[in-house]
Amino acid sequence: MTGRDGRTVRIAAGQGFWGDWLEAPVRQVRGGPIDYLMMDYLAEVTMSIMQKQKSRDPSAGYARDFVPLMERILPDIVERGVRVTSNAGGVNPRGCAEAVLAVARRLGLPRKLRVGLVSGDDILGRLDELIGRGHALSDMETGRPLSDIRDRVLSANAYLGMAPIVEALRGRADVVVTGRVTDTGLTLGPIFHEFGWSPDDWDKVAAGTVAGHIIECGAQASGGNLLKGWRGVKGLADPGFPIAEASADGSFVITKHPGTGGVVSVASVTEQLVYEMGDPRSYITPDGVADFTSIQLRPAGRNRVRVSGIRGAPRTPMLKVSIAYFWGYKAVGTLVYAWPEAFDKAQAADRVLRQRLADLGLAFDQILTEFVGVDATHGRLSGPPHPDLPEVQLRVGVRAREKPPVERFTREIAPLVLTGPPSVTGFAGGRPAVEEVVAYWPALIDRREIEPHVRVEILEA
Amino acid sequence: MAKTAARRKGAAATRRLQLRYLAHARSGDKGNTANVGLIALDAEYYPLLVREVTVARVARHFKGMVNGVDRFELPNLLALNFLLHEALDGGGTISLKTDAQGKVYSTALLRMEIPVPVALARRLART
Repeated sequence: MTGRDGRTVRIAAGQGFWGDWLEAPVRQVRGGPIDYLMMDYLAEVTMSIMQKQKSRDPSAGYARDFVPLMERILPDIVERGVRVTSNAGGVNPRGCAEAVLAVARRLGLPRKLRVGLVSGDDILGRLDELIGRGHALSDMETGRPLSDIRDRVLSANAYLGMAPIVEALRGRADVVVTGRVTDTGLTLGPIFHEFGWSPDDWDKVAAGTVAGHIIECGAQASGGNLLKGWRGVKGLADPGFPIAEASADGSFVITKHPGTGGVVSVASVTEQLVYEMGDPRSYITPDGVADFTSIQLRPAGRNRVRVSGIRGAPRTPMLKVSIAYFWGYKAVGTLVYAWPEAFDKAQAADRVLRQRLADLGLAFDQILTEFVGVDATHGRLSGPPHPDLPEVQLRVGVRAREKPPVERFTREIAPLVLTGPPSVTGFAGGRPAVEEVVAYWPALIDRREIEPHVRVEILEA
Repeated sequence: MAKTAARRKGAAATRRLQLRYLAHARSGDKGNTANVGLIALDAEYYPLLVREVTVARVARHFKGMVNGVDRFELPNLLALNFLLHEALDGGGTISLKTDAQGKVYSTALLRMEIPVPVALARRLART
């Protein structure tokens, strides 16, 4: 294994989000030498979905597909000495860890499996106490205090950094299961553990953070969603997910397994670096602040890009908190209008629909009409449509705090087929579903309120 | 005024060209803000992007679609990062937009036209 000789540590991305390509982690483990497999499952509102599942079933609340996935790869990772870091634990990391242990027992592995369990990020049960002691947990975007929506909060989790992962790896965990650990922490943990770096070596923290950011979205760094020269990206049926090969000097190489599709190039890495970027000089994580204007990229062979020169700054005294709260309801209805005059018909149908909604006296927070094939992706920048479009999809969305108007809206789509403009189809799916809207409330909290509560346990099976 | 002065110097022979011929891009979201990273296709074009793809021009390009634009420079990556505020109808799960997460604001920016020296525009038209 490359990591054991003290020169490089290979961290492979297995999942870029909950719902990513299921074959990727298997291929990362079997396709060549790696030391760690890191799997990021948590997007901003994922925690609230998991919280909802847990409220219905106390054993749920984590990324369920992580378990069958581990069932497929546990024999390989035990045999090859690959270790896994993942935030698949969601709002129930213990349930997730126990499910992995149950699978390990069932598989009859040649040796015992050690699962590191990280908890303490969940502060849902502590909210009133924290608010009571003066923590406003104000929305970082709007500045409103959390007390405005306290009764509608569904989940609240502090973003943890690499420290508990390092501790679990030091405790010889094969698989580390966490709740809301940052995507970058899943990569930083292994690197800091292997090289024994000090957590206040800010340039090293920044370097590991950048490595984590590059691989955290999976194939989006290795040819997936790559705009530059997209036609030339070959083999996307079997894309190699990115691997960060970290060196002791803080530089690293981004690569992928040989024989896989996609591409690792300066362009593919740059596109991922700018993804979801704010102020590039201060990319803030719980572990430190990275300066993206210091990153140097250069080609280092086929499907290899060397990343170096990264500078960092000390971590801030605050941790970000991800809060999800119940907002209301929404629904989206669609119909397809055919040639001739498809766009005119779709526009006429939209006017009819809006008139009916108004006549019914329904109140919405928002009604949004898009014409797919005309302006749905680029709005007015799309310019005037071709005068003879073969078809146009009418897409109307509504949202409201209350359910009844949204419910009624869903019953106003199908009638347009027989009571509106002609040449309409594409309603086979039936009435659109009413969706509950769970919204995201980002806040900050003093890290001293969180860190003493973080626990790392090692479980064995 | 500036135009006339430039013409006098003989440097102003320019043609308007869409950014798609000069840059590639990727976009994402942070709440109700979309970000677009605009990356020069060649180091030669980067100074042109820095000079011409200004906050004011990008705000005008997206007028009515966003409310407030910030710009950051990353010369090391030959990139500019734009934050487009209030671009996502509330963003995340609240948004009713097809592009609720701002994934294709990237190519929407590449529609923008900037003045490019004629010689360069001709060269790019050939490729």
